Amino acid sequence: MTDATPALDLRERTDDEGRERLARIERTWASPTGFLGWFMPVNHTAIGRRFIVTSFVFFLLSGVLALAMRLQLLVPLNDLLTPDQYNQIMTVHGTAMMFLFAIPAMEGVAIYVAPLMIGARDMAFPRLNAFGYYVYLIGGSAFFLSLFLGMAPAAGWFNYVPLSNKEFAPGYGVDIWTTMITFIEVSALTAAVELIVTIFKLRAPGMSLNRLPIFVWAVLVMSFMMLFAMPSVIVASAMLMMDRLVDTQFFVTEGGGSPLLWQHLFWFFGHPEVYIILVPALGIVTTIIVTFTQRPVFGYTALVLAMVGIGMVSFGLWVHHMYTTGLPLMGRSFFMAASSMIAIPSGVQVYCWIATMWGAKIRFATPMLFVLCFFAVFIAGGLTGVMVASVPFDRQVHDSYFVVAHFHYVLVGGAVFPLMAGLYYWFPKMTGRMMSERLGWWSALLIFLGFNLTFFPMHQLGLEGMPRRVYTYVPEMGWQFLNQLATAGSFVLAAGFGLTLINAIRSVFCGEVAGDNPWNATTLEWATASPPLNSNFPQPPVIDSHTPIWDWQQDDERPVVGGLRDDRRETLVTTLLDARPAMVQVLPGPTPWPFVSAVAASVGFIGLIFSPWFYVVGILAVFATFVLWFWPRHPYREE
Amino acid sequence: MRPERRINARPRRVVLGATMAAALSGCEGVQSVLSPASDDARMVADLAWWMFATATFIFVVTMGLLITGVALRHKREARRISFRNATVMVVIGGVIAPIAAIVAVSLSGVMIGDEVEGDAGSSGPVIEVHGKRWWWEFRYLDRDGRVIATTANELHLPVGQRATLRLMSDNVIHSFWAPNLQGKTDLVPGKVNTLYAEPDVAGRWRGQCAEFCGLQHGLMGFVVQADAPQDFDRWLQAQAAGAVVREGRGLQVFMDLGCGECHAIRGTAADGQKGPDLTHLASRRTLAAATIPNSRGNLGGWITSPQDIKPGALMPAFAPPSDDLDALLTYLEALE
Repeated sequence: MTDATPALDLRERTDDEGRERLARIERTWASPTGFLGWFMPVNHTAIGRRFIVTSFVFFLLSGVLALAMRLQLLVPLNDLLTPDQYNQIMTVHGTAMMFLFAIPAMEGVAIYVAPLMIGARDMAFPRLNAFGYYVYLIGGSAFFLSLFLGMAPAAGWFNYVPLSNKEFAPGYGVDIWTTMITFIEVSALTAAVELIVTIFKLRAPGMSLNRLPIFVWAVLVMSFMMLFAMPSVIVASAMLMMDRLVDTQFFVTEGGGSPLLWQHLFWFFGHPEVYIILVPALGIVTTIIVTFTQRPVFGYTALVLAMVGIGMVSFGLWVHHMYTTGLPLMGRSFFMAASSMIAIPSGVQVYCWIATMWGAKIRFATPMLFVLCFFAVFIAGGLTGVMVASVPFDRQVHDSYFVVAHFHYVLVGGAVFPLMAGLYYWFPKMTGRMMSERLGWWSALLIFLGFNLTFFPMHQLGLEGMPRRVYTYVPEMGWQFLNQLATAGSFVLAAGFGLTLINAIRSVFCGEVAGDNPWNATTLEWATASPPLNSNFPQPPVIDSHTPIWDWQQDDERPVVGGLRDDRRETLVTTLLDARPAMVQVLPGPTPWPFVSAVAASVGFIGLIFSPWFYVVGILAVFATFVLWFWPRHPYREE
Repeated sequence: MRPERRINARPRRVVLGATMAAALSGCEGVQSVLSPASDDARMVADLAWWMFATATFIFVVTMGLLITGVALRHKREARRISFRNATVMVVIGGVIAPIAAIVAVSLSGVMIGDEVEGDAGSSGPVIEVHGKRWWWEFRYLDRDGRVIATTANELHLPVGQRATLRLMSDNVIHSFWAPNLQGKTDLVPGKVNTLYAEPDVAGRWRGQCAEFCGLQHGLMGFVVQADAPQDFDRWLQAQAAGAVVREGRGLQVFMDLGCGECHAIRGTAADGQKGPDLTHLASRRTLAAATIPNSRGNLGGWITSPQDIKPGALMPAFAPPSDDLDALLTYLEALE
């Protein structure tokens, strides 16, 4: 294959007119600079990058909390942490890993990569995008801050009532949880809405749904799942908030409420949540396998259907978190069958990937290495997942360390390994520089070994009767040795992540310059400069296959869209199924209003922790800022 | 983060290590899924072994195929698996094998679930299990549902009889888990769940709360003791009787300190309901929800500094003069 240069690319033109046009387009799409400019960008690359960086900061902080817990469990009756500190740390670790790291990291990758992959110049609602980020940043920071103030929630990330009622959890902890989680979910919903609209309407001409890259399909499935799952937890946490704030008694037995109602609402969200994290990760894995085997994926349709199937089925199995609550066995049996059904789409995907890799000349760079680790860890987690779907077996291991092991295999295997792979894979696109392969290999090795050393012994611990969420244990239980293995492993694991952190920071400044397409990938994000131009594509491409870049290399030409104006932010809107050009959309430029609105909303939400009156304050303040945000102005007015 | 409050627990550890090990001696897997002591637990343990074996097999086959596929490239130029072979692989590995697994898991789950959760014409005692913060109360009922005896943190069961446990809580959700006998079931406020336990050998095991219930969730354990039916009956009769000692200086101290506000000693004026029933305290093996062995030293430590042993426990600390404490301990130790 030749490294063919697309003949019509504006970037390659050396004549004055070409250079001038490119400069003009870039000025139109530029983000403001300076201190105030920091609060104004709306380009999806800027917002996506912020999401990713912020989520990884929360990942590191939550990881440090995990180390604290592992140290506490190193020896029986340890007094490194008090029970209250342990419970706060445990709650914040779980909540932050789910709500502040996993979902936003996936959103961030989706927001950064998906518009590029479909050849769009930006997302459909750039300002909403910015608003979502600030909401996430402020909500997440406030939540984490509560830990350092010693007033963090201590009722677990699942906040079961009545333990989280005012009676058993006085203080502000649970209020912080309910308000901040509701708040952060707003951010997830904005991301879901605009990802769906962007993917449906802003695709490059010719990118019909059956040519959509698998990763974009995954993002689409994830977004729809968020749309249906998040309202459940928003409703539940709002009800709990009101129970605590104004005594509504949704969950209070004496008032006619039901503690099990909370569990149903929470897990109706909580289980799809796991797949919200998993599905985009599967998309990342597919993307990387295609690139590093240099072949189109085997079974495109099967893979897409598998992801859609996972999305659907995931809404029908939340009761497997409630096998021990005393529901009738008959009812539980349906959820048992539904839970194990996830094995079908997962199995189809795994074997499609194996078929794709069969006999290929694989390039074993770091992203591919993480993908191979993903296989081992995720398959192991999936198999224990089928086991815990069994009602009688689950009644033994439920809420024991066996389950801790299981879901870390699924979540770290299914989300963190692919995210690490994605980090090494897209880092050159985001920064223009490669990450060090040597450090990458060491990091992958340490993470894989450390992970298994930490979590594999936990299966055994659970079978030996160690329950979850215990701050300590008595010495005669005989759990000490396995706990010590796990603690040792957790530090190896941390060292592995530390290496990647060092690698990333170093590579930003002195990594090898990457070029447009260092992995010779075929999806469109590699058809622009690294890092991407302000406008993504000065001339949006036209697509006629699954593998656009490889085709362009073969044909030595690259069809593009003409006729978009240079002096305002125009992008092409195409039809839903076939992606035929339909109209031109003018997108809004940089503005501080999303930031101001997010601050106004935060005042309302954070105030709610202390007084219901802040609800009124928040609504008025947000209304006022929204009016200013939506005030008609250029470029909507025709000049 | 808050400043650390270090608890000086070292002397306790030594005592605990030595005596508790002796108390539970000879019991390998004293709280383990894989050392079943009832048919219920044995069926689930067998199911577990079957599933582990099958899962290992599937893991090895899948990873083996993966590694084979990836390793092939070293032999020659890249080559592609034929569409037909790939489809066969995906259908077998991704559809047929999972469906077989689903059918096996679901059928075995329903059949075993039916068995272990069924009452099987239960003929054994009926016991109310109350989850407290953070200890267990067991109330033995007679045929008319009246309470015969109340005890704490120590569940006695007759061998070969299917006991009915009625699980309830008036505070937060707890979960009753004695893995050697049975899977766990939650104690949900406003709801009564039922669980059956039928040990088939005499022995002593440990159980623990499995649903996160607050500060002392970690140390909310209990002892399970299974005896031959006649031994069990004898034990129950003894527990049903009032206190063997109903007067003396120790009891006076007990009442003066206000212990009777929370604890009951049947046959005396102490009739508190918030804490464990102490009528037969001296017959129990452990204190503080199976956390420390029941010895004079530990009992004194628990009375004077419970917060050092279980921070957050609802038991307040008492500091009576040492001769009062002595009398109190002597009295409590006499409550066989």
